[in-house]
Amino acid sequence: MKKKVAFYWCASCGGCEEAVVDLAEFLLDALEQIEIVFWPVAMDFKIEDVEQLTDGEIFASFINGAVLLSDQEEVVRLLRRKSQVVVAFGSCSHQGGVPGLINTHDRQDVFDYYYHNGPTVQRNGNEMPTPTGAKAFHVALPEYYGKARPLNQVIEVDYYIPGCAPPPNVVKDALLQLLSDSPPPRGTVLAGAHSLCSECPLNETKPPEGFKIKQFVRPSQVTHIDPDTCLLMQGLPCLGPVTRSGCNALCIKGHMPCTGCFGPLDGVRDFGAAALSFLASLIDSNDEAEIQRIIDEGLPDPLGTFYMYSFPGSLLNEVLQKGRQKARAWREREETVEAQTTENQ
Amino acid sequence: MKQGNGTVPRIGVYVCHCGTNIAGNVDVKAVVDFASKLPGVVVAREYKYMCSDPGQSLIKNDIREKNLNRVIVASCSPHLHEHTFRHATLEGGQNPYLFHMVNIREQVSWVTEDKMSATEKAKALVEAAVYRVRYHEALETKEVPVNPDVLIIGGGIAGITAALTLANAGKKVYLVERDYSIGGHMAKFDKTFPTLDCASCILTPKMTAVKDHPNIHLFTYSEILEIDGYVGNFTARILKKPRYVIEDRCIGCYVCVEHCVYKTPKFPSEFDEGLGLRKPVFIPFPQAVPLIAAIDPETCIEFKSHRCKKTCQEACRDLVGRDAIDFTQREEVVEVQVGAIIVATGFKTFDARRIPEYGYGRYPNVYTSLEIERLVNSSGPTGGEIVMRDGRKPRRVGIIHCVGSRDRNFNPWCSRVCCMYSLKLAHLVRERTGAEVYNFYIDIRTPGKGYEEFYEKLMQEGVHFIRGKVAEVTDWTITPEETGKLVIRVEDSLVGVVRRIPVDMVILSVGLEPRDDAEEVRRQLNISCSSEGWFLERHPKLAPVSTFTDGIFIAGACQGPKDIPDTVAQAGAAAAEALALIDRGSVELEPNIAVIDEQKCSGCHVCIALCPYSAIAFNEEKNVAVINEALCKGCGVCVGTCPSKAITQQLFTDEELLAEIEGVLLV
Ligand SMILES: Cc1cc2nc3c(=O)[nH]c(=O)nc-3n(C[C@H](O)[C@H](O)[C@H](O)COP(=O)(O)OP(=O)(O)OC[C@H]3O[C@@H](n4cnc5c(N)ncnc54)[C@H](O)[C@@H]3O)c2cc1C
Ligand code: SF4
Ligand code: SF4
Repeated sequence: MKKKVAFYWCASCGGCEEAVVDLAEFLLDALEQIEIVFWPVAMDFKIEDVEQLTDGEIFASFINGAVLLSDQEEVVRLLRRKSQVVVAFGSCSHQGGVPGLINTHDRQDVFDYYYHNGPTVQRNGNEMPTPTGAKAFHVALPEYYGKARPLNQVIEVDYYIPGCAPPPNVVKDALLQLLSDSPPPRGTVLAGAHSLCSECPLNETKPPEGFKIKQFVRPSQVTHIDPDTCLLMQGLPCLGPVTRSGCNALCIKGHMPCTGCFGPLDGVRDFGAAALSFLASLIDSNDEAEIQRIIDEGLPDPLGTFYMYSFPGSLLNEVLQKGRQKARAWREREETVEAQTTENQ
Repeated sequence: MKQGNGTVPRIGVYVCHCGTNIAGNVDVKAVVDFASKLPGVVVAREYKYMCSDPGQSLIKNDIREKNLNRVIVASCSPHLHEHTFRHATLEGGQNPYLFHMVNIREQVSWVTEDKMSATEKAKALVEAAVYRVRYHEALETKEVPVNPDVLIIGGGIAGITAALTLANAGKKVYLVERDYSIGGHMAKFDKTFPTLDCASCILTPKMTAVKDHPNIHLFTYSEILEIDGYVGNFTARILKKPRYVIEDRCIGCYVCVEHCVYKTPKFPSEFDEGLGLRKPVFIPFPQAVPLIAAIDPETCIEFKSHRCKKTCQEACRDLVGRDAIDFTQREEVVEVQVGAIIVATGFKTFDARRIPEYGYGRYPNVYTSLEIERLVNSSGPTGGEIVMRDGRKPRRVGIIHCVGSRDRNFNPWCSRVCCMYSLKLAHLVRERTGAEVYNFYIDIRTPGKGYEEFYEKLMQEGVHFIRGKVAEVTDWTITPEETGKLVIRVEDSLVGVVRRIPVDMVILSVGLEPRDDAEEVRRQLNISCSSEGWFLERHPKLAPVSTFTDGIFIAGACQGPKDIPDTVAQAGAAAAEALALIDRGSVELEPNIAVIDEQKCSGCHVCIALCPYSAIAFNEEKNVAVINEALCKGCGVCVGTCPSKAITQQLFTDEELLAEIEGVLLV
């Protein structure tokens, strides 16, 4: 019997869907072994079709995108129930991804910007999307919870396929591993076990006595990148050392530093912190003012540099969310106190 | 709570009273009760002195009888007794690294105000340890051989004594002295208290013995650039500064000095405290070791203008035939390997200018004691005659004690030698000039063999003693008797009146202070300083010449003010400690080092250049980084940096630290 599989997308750019399509012949060959039972982006299935399956009937669900809205949560919970194996597919599902940077903004700020203050928004009235929807159209809208979450903060995840988007070789390998008789232990990130440096063609250009960095530059600031020297040694903030391998150094071969889409290696609790820690340690100065200058000039966007794909899963996010919760509770208390005083007057 | 490293933990917790040191401010019983209920704790006990034999036996017996596989002692600083308890754990039959120490004395009872919070703090720390130890693993220590050679820094009487003791025991010694000659302060003295034996008669033979000893390699006018390595295996880089005279050609004949284009000495001699003059080419003093000339580029015309006739060079070449003078000499760096280091860098004297009321630098007839040491010295600038800067012989002399010492505004400590050297100088001045000598003191401190007797003798010699802290030295005279003199104003606290004592000469008995570069030396050697800046001994009573860095010992006045007998005794002790280390042949290295998991290392090279001890190298063949365990000091820099989490630091693994934090926060 063919194994049933499902694909689903949450908050994502669609690149991950493209990555599946990129499998091309491989996907067609695989269809001998598998049967697709749900793939909203490509095939006409309805949610009811999934609901009608028995629990665990689906062999594997591949879910990409961060979980941002209530309908996404509903569907992934449903898929979890119906599937033996859930695979977080791509950076957003794995670590929160680029949409996860929304967590640095409050829900209210996001809405204000997108529905009122954004430069491309026509301000007419005060209409805001609400879960009950735009009455005029008789539709209910899903709710935005105020933060993006990687899949494993919503449901239990069995495997991860990293990448923004996962390159075909990684997806193929992962599928073969999952379909094999001895699948890897649950929780495995289905890519390399070492950092990108281990498969980077430029790693051997590093001197045996190691190196330090005097100045960071952004790719857009340099007119010439030496293709035969480690990018990090040239001052480009390449996150190769802290990022899981598997992509075959695609970006490096295109003369672009690694931005970390494959996420951290096993044992690293917070990708951004690990990235920051190794990069900061390499700065070749003991003078505080000089260090500050090197950072200001070369790393003007630390959040975007270190947490481009991993913010919602990070410790930093946890701290931020907790702080926000506290602030909200505080505000509400103030408001009740205020309301009571006006009442009393 | 997590299971830890696999074995089911059976933990013993021992809380020490340390007499009343801990029990006085921590409810020890409450801590024990608390500990006994923590997960994995099989036994929790209190004891008055855990470090005592019966205390240690508690641990050993419990390990055997209750099958403990983890031991925690909550007591003093690990500096003091970690070794003791690790050893007890070993004797009980468990690996010593399954032991962990909690400091509830220095970090709790001594520094926490009320007993309640101190007790809570102690509980939190004990809980942290209970959580931590489950991750402890049995670790092995490594034995490494000890290099039998010794480096001694500083060639005063301390360095000289230690060098000779070691050299006589057949050890090779590198003695590094910053000045042109060894001898330190003692070389400047004429006589030494309390026996008044001639300083150079007892010191010079030792200095020459150092030079002639086949086992001593002397570096003068040299400094330490860098110290690397660890106990038994240090590498020192020594900077030999250029003296512009080739050492092995110079025979110390003074011909160059005589033939300098300066016919007479013109520049203040450093050795004579500026009271005598020297030429740009000079030998610091006649008994200098090594007896080698030096050229001071600051005053030499050749260095200033390149237009000197260089008659010194000519004379050395043509008259002596040595051709020892070399204006192009460069500094040189020499690297030596040693197993132990003795630091004997001595002291500096208090700068009397800091007390303007005493007029030093303003009134020419106000001197420091060190200047007087040169004046009374028979080979000093005046040939031992005591004449003042104006050429007169003093008829009345005042010696002010405790200048800069025992003074809240300057140094709170007693400099220990000033009373005695003041008495010595009083005696010498009176003997040589017949002058009336007045000593102004706060207390006379003469605790030493024969010291009180010396004081007694001085009183009989008719030296005057006035008890009181001097308010000022002034040339503002009132009575005809005072005219042309300096007046010392003091409240005589024995009589209770303010007195004005007119004198010709004032001697300031300046105190002893740490050297200006003590902090730098401390950092180079990675040893500690007390808050005043004296090098810190490992234990004030029981380990007075050891430091907290294994293999590095301290001797003499760099550890604190002391006289020559104490200095020499300490130097002997330091030499003995070094000998003990060398003759042991090998040392055990603590296993708290970083290790790289070859399987996990991605070969990214990030860690390599970061190691401050150059302990990491890259293995090209395996494409992994490797730590040299003998060089690793366990600083942890690489551990925090490795983006592949391939490096762990033994005894400080992530699990151990996180568990510890969890434990602290749980209370
Ligand atoms: C005025 C006066 C009179 C005294 N009279 C007596 C007396 O009569 N009897 C008595 O018992 N005590 C006397 N003392 C005390 C005596 O001077 C000290 O006990 C003794 O000098 C201590 O010896 P030391 O070797 O520890 O230090 P020092 O004599 O200070 O010698 C230290 C040596 O180390 C060298 N050195 C310093 N730093 C470095 C470095 N970084 N690298 C290399 N070399 C370095 C210095 O150049 C110096 O040669 C007197 C002290 C004073 C101030
Ligand atoms: S930092 Fe870590 S991964 Fe990189 S070379 Fe060093 S040990 Fe290996
Ligand atoms: S812990 Fe790492 S950085 Fe520190 S000494 Fe050891 S190898 Fe070097």
